[in-house]
Amino acid sequence: MLHFSPPFAIIPPVPSRPATIGGKRNELKGSDVSIEGVSKSFGTFTALRDVSMVIRKGEFYSLLGPSGCGKTTLLRIIAGFDDPDGGEVSLDGTSVLNLPPNERHVNTVFQNYALFPHLTVFENVAFPLRLKKTPNATVRSRVGDYLELVQLSSHAEKMPAQLSGGQKQRVAVARALINEPSVLLLDEPLSALDAKLRQHMLIELDAIHDKIGITFIYVTHDQQEALSVSDRIAVMNAGQVLQIGTPHEIYESPATGFVAAFIGETNMFEGTVESVEGTMVAVDVTGLGRILVTEDEPPAPGSKASVVVRPEKIRIDTERPAPAKRTDINFLEGSVDEPIYSGSSTKYYVRHQSGTMLKVIKQHANWSDEGPEIEWKDKVYLSWSADDAYLLGAS
Amino acid sequence: MAPMAVRSRTSRGPGRVRNYGPAYAGPAGIWLTVFFVAPLLVIVAYSFMAKGLYGGVEPRFSLEAYRSLANSVFLRVSMNTLGISLVTTVLAILIALPCGYYMARSNRKTLLLMLVIIPFWTNFLIRIYAWIAILGNNGFLNALLLRAGIVAAPVQFLYNQVAVTIVLVYTYLPYAILPLYSTIEKFDFSLLEAARDLGCTRRGAIFRVLLPNIRAGIITAVLFVFIPTFGAYAVPLLVGGKESYMLGNFVAEELTRTRNWPLASAISMVITLVTTLGLWLMFRLQGKAPQAKDPARSGGERRAP
Repeated sequence: MLHFSPPFAIIPPVPSRPATIGGKRNELKGSDVSIEGVSKSFGTFTALRDVSMVIRKGEFYSLLGPSGCGKTTLLRIIAGFDDPDGGEVSLDGTSVLNLPPNERHVNTVFQNYALFPHLTVFENVAFPLRLKKTPNATVRSRVGDYLELVQLSSHAEKMPAQLSGGQKQRVAVARALINEPSVLLLDEPLSALDAKLRQHMLIELDAIHDKIGITFIYVTHDQQEALSVSDRIAVMNAGQVLQIGTPHEIYESPATGFVAAFIGETNMFEGTVESVEGTMVAVDVTGLGRILVTEDEPPAPGSKASVVVRPEKIRIDTERPAPAKRTDINFLEGSVDEPIYSGSSTKYYVRHQSGTMLKVIKQHANWSDEGPEIEWKDKVYLSWSADDAYLLGAS
Repeated sequence: MAPMAVRSRTSRGPGRVRNYGPAYAGPAGIWLTVFFVAPLLVIVAYSFMAKGLYGGVEPRFSLEAYRSLANSVFLRVSMNTLGISLVTTVLAILIALPCGYYMARSNRKTLLLMLVIIPFWTNFLIRIYAWIAILGNNGFLNALLLRAGIVAAPVQFLYNQVAVTIVLVYTYLPYAILPLYSTIEKFDFSLLEAARDLGCTRRGAIFRVLLPNIRAGIITAVLFVFIPTFGAYAVPLLVGGKESYMLGNFVAEELTRTRNWPLASAISMVITLVTTLGLWLMFRLQGKAPQAKDPARSGGERRAP
């Protein structure tokens, strides 16, 4: 499991108290969720087409994609709010499609939190227990435990309208967890929060996941969120799953141009494979010339391919770097069209002589890093290793 | 209340702003005083006077009118009126709730809203006569039943309490639908999904989540139906019988036939009193609604995004 240990000075640790909640760290609970060939259309709009995936017990699994890609529809089908047109959804091998939402061992944290405005924080969290006619004493202690888990013990008697966005989100999490579901569905739970709070809540969610150990299925359109907490990510677009993998796999070896472009920023150049030597592929890119790329399964010479390189993998200098002994480095010259300063780094749009625009991200200097500041219209030298780029088949 | 707050805040500052609030309320205030408060005071005064020989009143204090209320006929008519009004209110709400819910969830809201409002284009009395044409012995419904062979002779639908209740429900239904629709329309339907997700059945979600959150609309609808029904006059007159005689008819009779104006005024006072009592009761219920307790929501029913 991917762990994200928060620096304690900034983020308060989740209290390690109740023995009633969760168990030992890393003890996997929850259910396997299997989705097989699920399709769903709304009128003429196809929300999901033949989607399949297996989500393992205890996994923090993200469904990532732009809005309208079908990720929320898939979540709603798992929760039982929508029925698929075809396919199968099962928990631990048992189909749940015939069960109404209230009989599935699955709970949801809604995008707008969906807290009951007529009930206090306490009663919101107690809601599932009240339905089961749990004795009052038990309700008090269980709700107390879960409010403590989300650090809201002192707000129990407030009404939802009196809470901040982050607090509402925590109430929603506590309410969704109190039934001890085997799968927790989170539908863009952080999208209504500001950037700083989002980061904080994300770490808290991850800590809660570690503590409770059940399966989390997390829907988001924010690649940063997905990359930082997920065990695995399914990238979706236009109702289809494009790639399933760990954050590292998704970022470093995207399966398609869409995934590459959606997860982080990227430079993509189309060209023709010129020659192949072992794993070293030379691609003739229109305008840029010969570009080297390392590829485990090289394509045949003559075929069309796209070279993809991330902006932060490109080095930018005002003087031509000393000719390296290495033969795998690509060099290009250009001029800075636009520097975009963003605090810890600067993004440069560099125009190559041919007119091709490249994006380069440079981390800001520390004492060991010398050289003049790169400014607008400066002539610059770009370089990157063939290992840091990859090839995508012609699309 | 709001203009007062504005004045107290601004009067301290150097650039003092004159508050014209009361002046703006003037025309409405004059209108209501002349055509509502003054007549009401006349009725109050008349109810405490003696009966004139040929109608009208004799200008001297008397409790005779209120004393004559203490008889079994008045009591029976009062109970009758209360019963019909309550049944009508309950039926109207029960019909209006699903109706308003459906309208609020429909994507043809404007059309449905028009359909609710269209009956108002036709005169109230004409619509009552239309019901006579439907329910009468030679009416549409009987013709249908006879032709279908379900009954051998026309059924007496009209001139009883049932007919009065049906027509009253019909008449005041839009007044129940509109406030319910407008509150349900603002209701966040994802709350129902949340309730289902947390273990509620479909029905449970309606009772535990929808109804408590549209309480304000229900209370308004109850008032909008109960108050006019309790003072109903035309409907029981036209489609009612002896058994469905209501207080409104009593007043009219004392006013025009028996010509006992103080008694008519006293009965009017009873109607006003009961409806005011209903109003007070409903406002108390509304005050207990959690929304009202919450300062953050006192501005209205809007929900933070």
